[in-house]
Amino acid sequence: MSAFLTSSRISGAEIAKELAFFAVIALMMSVMILGVETVDRPTGLELAVRWDLVLTAIVSTMIGRLALIMRRENMSRIGQAVLITLAAIAVFEMFVRFRELDDRWAHPVILDMASSSITSVIVALAFIGIIFTIAYFSKKTAVAEADTAPKLGAKIQLAYRSNTKKIGALGIAFFVIFPFLFGENRSAIDLATLVMIYIMLGWGLNIVVGLAGLLDLGYVAFYAVGAYSYALLSQNFDLSFWLCLPLAGIFAASFGIILGFPVLRLRGDYLAIVTLGFGEIIRVILINWYDLTGGPDGISSIERPSFFGFADFSRRVPEGNIGFNELFGLEYSSMHRLIFLYYLILVLALVTSFVTTRLRKLPIGRAWEALREDEIACRSLGINPTNTKLSAFAIGAMFGGFAGAFFATRQGFISPESFTFLESAVILAIVVLGGMGSQIGVVLAAIVMIGFPEMFRELAEYRMLIFGAGMVAIMLWRPRGLLSFRDPTILLNMSTKDKVAGEVK
Amino acid sequence: MTDNVQLEVEHLTMRFGGLVAIDNLSFTARKGEITAIIGPNGAGKTTVFNCLTGFYVPTEGRLTLYANDGPRLLERTEGFRIPRNNGVARTFQNIRLFTGMTVLENLVVAQHNRLMEASAFSLAGLFNLRRYAKAEQEALETAKFWLNKVGLYEQADWNAGNLPYGSQRRLEIARAMCVNPSLLCLDEPAAGLNPRESAELNVLLQSIRDDQGIGLLLIEHDMSVVMKISDHVIVLDYGKKIADGDPESVKKDPAVIRAYLGEEEDDELPPEILADLHLDPNA
Amino acid sequence: MDWAYFLQQLINGLTLGAIYGLIAIGYTMVYGIIGMINFAHGEIYMLGAFHSLITFLICQAAGISGILPLTLLLMLVVSMVLTSVYGWGVERIAYRPLRGSFRLAALISAIGMSIFLQNFVQIAQGARVKPMQPLIEGGIVLMESANFDVLLSYMQMIIIVLTFVLMVVFSTLIAKTSLGRAQRACEQDRTMAGLLGVNVDRTISTTFVMGAALAAVAGMMVTLYYGVIDFYIGFLAGVKAFTAAVLGGIGSLPGAMLGGLLIGLIEAFWSGYLTIEYKDVATFGILVLVLIFRPWGLLGKPEVEKV
Repeated sequence: MSAFLTSSRISGAEIAKELAFFAVIALMMSVMILGVETVDRPTGLELAVRWDLVLTAIVSTMIGRLALIMRRENMSRIGQAVLITLAAIAVFEMFVRFRELDDRWAHPVILDMASSSITSVIVALAFIGIIFTIAYFSKKTAVAEADTAPKLGAKIQLAYRSNTKKIGALGIAFFVIFPFLFGENRSAIDLATLVMIYIMLGWGLNIVVGLAGLLDLGYVAFYAVGAYSYALLSQNFDLSFWLCLPLAGIFAASFGIILGFPVLRLRGDYLAIVTLGFGEIIRVILINWYDLTGGPDGISSIERPSFFGFADFSRRVPEGNIGFNELFGLEYSSMHRLIFLYYLILVLALVTSFVTTRLRKLPIGRAWEALREDEIACRSLGINPTNTKLSAFAIGAMFGGFAGAFFATRQGFISPESFTFLESAVILAIVVLGGMGSQIGVVLAAIVMIGFPEMFRELAEYRMLIFGAGMVAIMLWRPRGLLSFRDPTILLNMSTKDKVAGEVK
Repeated sequence: MTDNVQLEVEHLTMRFGGLVAIDNLSFTARKGEITAIIGPNGAGKTTVFNCLTGFYVPTEGRLTLYANDGPRLLERTEGFRIPRNNGVARTFQNIRLFTGMTVLENLVVAQHNRLMEASAFSLAGLFNLRRYAKAEQEALETAKFWLNKVGLYEQADWNAGNLPYGSQRRLEIARAMCVNPSLLCLDEPAAGLNPRESAELNVLLQSIRDDQGIGLLLIEHDMSVVMKISDHVIVLDYGKKIADGDPESVKKDPAVIRAYLGEEEDDELPPEILADLHLDPNA
Repeated sequence: MDWAYFLQQLINGLTLGAIYGLIAIGYTMVYGIIGMINFAHGEIYMLGAFHSLITFLICQAAGISGILPLTLLLMLVVSMVLTSVYGWGVERIAYRPLRGSFRLAALISAIGMSIFLQNFVQIAQGARVKPMQPLIEGGIVLMESANFDVLLSYMQMIIIVLTFVLMVVFSTLIAKTSLGRAQRACEQDRTMAGLLGVNVDRTISTTFVMGAALAAVAGMMVTLYYGVIDFYIGFLAGVKAFTAAVLGGIGSLPGAMLGGLLIGLIEAFWSGYLTIEYKDVATFGILVLVLIFRPWGLLGKPEVEKV
């Protein structure tokens, strides 16, 4: 074989054997699921054979494996990166041309993109570049020593951790001026609002999972309670959004307490599965309680929020109200409402973050973290574990409820479909990927998990596929999340910077 | 005499299924005294602690703690309530610190209940009211006092998990003291310590006894610690009390020697083993 | 009381329960040995269903579907083998590198794997439900009553008998062979087992393979029994099977089977006598009740808290 494959430790025959083994594995995994498609015909199911996909799967597995062998044996890094990039392109081609049964390989997508427009060239190059860079620079130890929190590079870590406040302030400033930068771009504001909802949900769940260490797989239930509380209160009792917002939070928190009370004694994994069960129960009830919730059809034409009760955003302002544009002497624009909604969720999210940061430095927050570390020790110090956990659960639920009410008023329409287990999984993934307990981590993770996939809407079908694979990949890369550092809540002798410097060393 | 009693254990029995871990055990521990519970492995010492601190509910028996505000029945108190208001605080055989939190945070968490009240269950704290700020300052002072006492002031901002083993043991004691207990239960505090650390521990425990005037209950294997500092020794074997008295008399008790060394005649034992046990070979 | 109706629900419940039980065994074995919820196990079961469906279609195309026993045997073997490879791969890719790491990381990785596999099958095979004509029809009329006849179909008989046989085989395997001994050793103390020469990696892999093979059988039976599958069947079946495993006592093989049967019966009777819409609520409600009052399950051993 070529020179870059030479190694003193492993012979060509051994490599061939290993590759053959993985080729067989790839063949077995792909032969039916990829190789044979079930096609609906009037006469019943029929088969369409796609051997090229099986072949691609086998070849890309072998290429990938070869790269891993090279990595294991400390062989040429450029070689590894080239191989991994090739494998990635092959997989990409395979998926994108999935449904076009005939000349699937006649027009490689990468070439298509390169010849169509400048943006697609950039996207294609960026795709190749990112994969190549990751493959080239990632360290092989990251996975092997999973539990010794991988170092992000001492300098970056020091810079980040000793300036968290500044970074946070910069982040807030960016989000505040965002509408001024993209004010006329409807989809940008929509996307930013969506990301902000998930940031808020992430921050809310962070209290439960990140601080108190309670694994909640049913957080979406509280989101749903908040959304339906607002929708139902507003439709049945004609209450305004500004009154319903706190009520939605209170309802969600009460739900958290009712659900949490019996189950919070349970160990981590059991708690996870029970909360998942609760999430599903709420959804099943929402679907089936037709009289109240409208069942699968959901609730539509939910009232939009006014400008704090002073002014209205509609084009045709109802009798006796004043329009937002009139109030401020502006030209009517449908963007006003969207920008207002964006700022509303920004404020709600910031309140969540502020309260969390503040609570963390209070006895209750310290008790949450202590509970996460050692429940038995907490009991020996007189901390009531149930109440402490309940408070985390309830406060987390309350913010979920706020977010839910916001979601309902923004969408104007809600149905049980918006509150599936997948949502809970996404929110949890945001918290864990961000780094448990890290506020900035949640923002980063929400942008990565929600923002990017939304931007690549063209890949619609593949979005969740990539999403799932990404969750696995990031966990393998950084099991404790992107920014998994804990800052002490109180210091006696040193500054945060000294402390960080000591730890980074 | 009785007004000096800190803890009274009467007819304590603990069964796990068919296994009798503690069998009709009665003893008292006094204020301002160190009471040691010793016995071979599996004698039920830690089980006594777990009953006292509410981790187990005793099968039978009465456990009375004489705190400042009067007697309390521990066997009827829910576990986490036992440490509250001059209750019982404990340490663990395998140290249980909040390893990811700093040394200082460990000590502040121990003052949770007082701070919780001061922060009006977080509301006062959330709005940064002065009442809470004052309480937090006090908690900090208490923490500093104990940091100095156990010689960890310099390491206050370290993560507890990064402390050397001996310091972790001392921190755990300091944390238990921050609960402001009237009875401190120490489960093998000298385990794994080197002779110097062990000697420092003796000084610390004696000063807690003398300065705070509370009762200390001690499970220990290290006879040098037990014999040197305890005022009162209780010997358990297979869940039964086989001896009770001051260290000197317990040391000579034939039942104790049998329990530790088996049924052989005393004089068959080589003198170095007896010396290790701090028993006088000529006794 | 309408005994005929009762009997019919009982039969339906047992059939459903047998399927849940087979999936639950995979959860219970994996939880026993590495202490984590294999969240992607429901997806493995779904893959088993797809493998058996495609095998059947291939047999049909090859013109051998007329020979029913051969077709069924092929479906069983092919889907067990191919699905096992997925079980092996999932452990190898998503769990093994995280073994001994932060607990939540493995769970998130498992959830990610589950989402990935679901969408993988959706893309590869399409989102629409896959219908299949019934292969095995007919049955024995057990009881005739005024309203209807109680029918024990041949399919139900096959499911119950096959489950029983597999149960016996696997229990023997775990009780009697060195593999079973290695598994039990790893459950107790993985490090020590490794020091004593047990190949821990291989034992864990084998556990996943066994669990996946049983899930594949369950998947095949569901395909034959209901005649429709889609890429989404794994989620709910997975959660219910996990409930069954917890109900029976996690880590216990007979417990998983018992739990499965109970969940199946509860679902059948709940749908039969109460409301079909809330049958999932009933399952989850039972899960919550069991966890609150008997977290170690029906056949598990209670854990004494070590202080």
